[in-house]
Amino acid sequence: MARVLLFGRLSDVAGWRERAFDAASLSSLKALIGRQGPELAQALAGPGVQTAVDKVLVRGDAPLGDRQEVAFLPPMSGG
Amino acid sequence: MITLTEAPFDPGAALNAFSAGRAASGAVASFLGIARGQAGQACALELQAYRGFTEKEIGRFAEAAMGRFQLDDVAIVHRFGSIGPGEAIVLAMTAAAHRREAFEACDYLMDYLKSRAPLWKKEHGPAGARWVEPTARDLADLKRWD
Repeated sequence: MARVLLFGRLSDVAGWRERAFDAASLSSLKALIGRQGPELAQALAGPGVQTAVDKVLVRGDAPLGDRQEVAFLPPMSGG
Repeated sequence: MITLTEAPFDPGAALNAFSAGRAASGAVASFLGIARGQAGQACALELQAYRGFTEKEIGRFAEAAMGRFQLDDVAIVHRFGSIGPGEAIVLAMTAAAHRREAFEACDYLMDYLKSRAPLWKKEHGPAGARWVEPTARDLADLKRWD
C-alpha cells in the first residue's frame, strides 16, 4: 500500500489529506484516485501539479513499491 | 539552518542567536515577514508544509544562495499551520563579510520563499477562505535573479 498525501487545493477537492492506496505505479495510482470523482481527476492532472515519491520529486511515471509515500503537490504558493 | 515551526516564534531571540559570535563576518541582514490581517481575526492565513520535504527544498536553495552571495551563514525560520494577524511568518537571516552581499542574499531568499518554496497558503478573509498562488509581482520579482 502506498501512503498518499494531498496538499493545498487538492486536499480540499478530495476531502482528505492522507489515504492508503494499492497501486503498482504512479500512473495507476493517479487513475485509482481519479475514480473518486472527475473534479479530483482533473485537479490531479492540472498544470503545475508535481509528484514526490518518498520526498523526492519525480517526473513521468514510476513503479511503486510497498509502503512508499506519494505526495501530490499543486503549484507552490510560498510563504 | 532551516526551521519550520507550527508554534509562534520570537524573531528577536532568533536574530540574537544568529548574530552571536559573528566577529569574522561583519554583516548580518534579516527580513521579517508578518501576517497581514484585521485585529481580532482568529486566523489570517493557513500555511501547509510537507514536513521533511519543505525543509529539504528550502535548505537546497539556501545552500545555493550561500555560494552565489559568498555568505558565511544563512538561517530561515518559517511558520506553518494557522497564523494570526501580526504574527511573524518568516525570518530570513544572512551573514557575510560585507553588507551588500548580506542584503542581496536576503532579498533573493525572500523572492524564492514567496513564490517557489513548497508551502501552500490559504487566506481567510471576509469572503471566506481561498488558496493563494504566487502573484504576477512575486514571479516578476523572482525573474530579477535569472
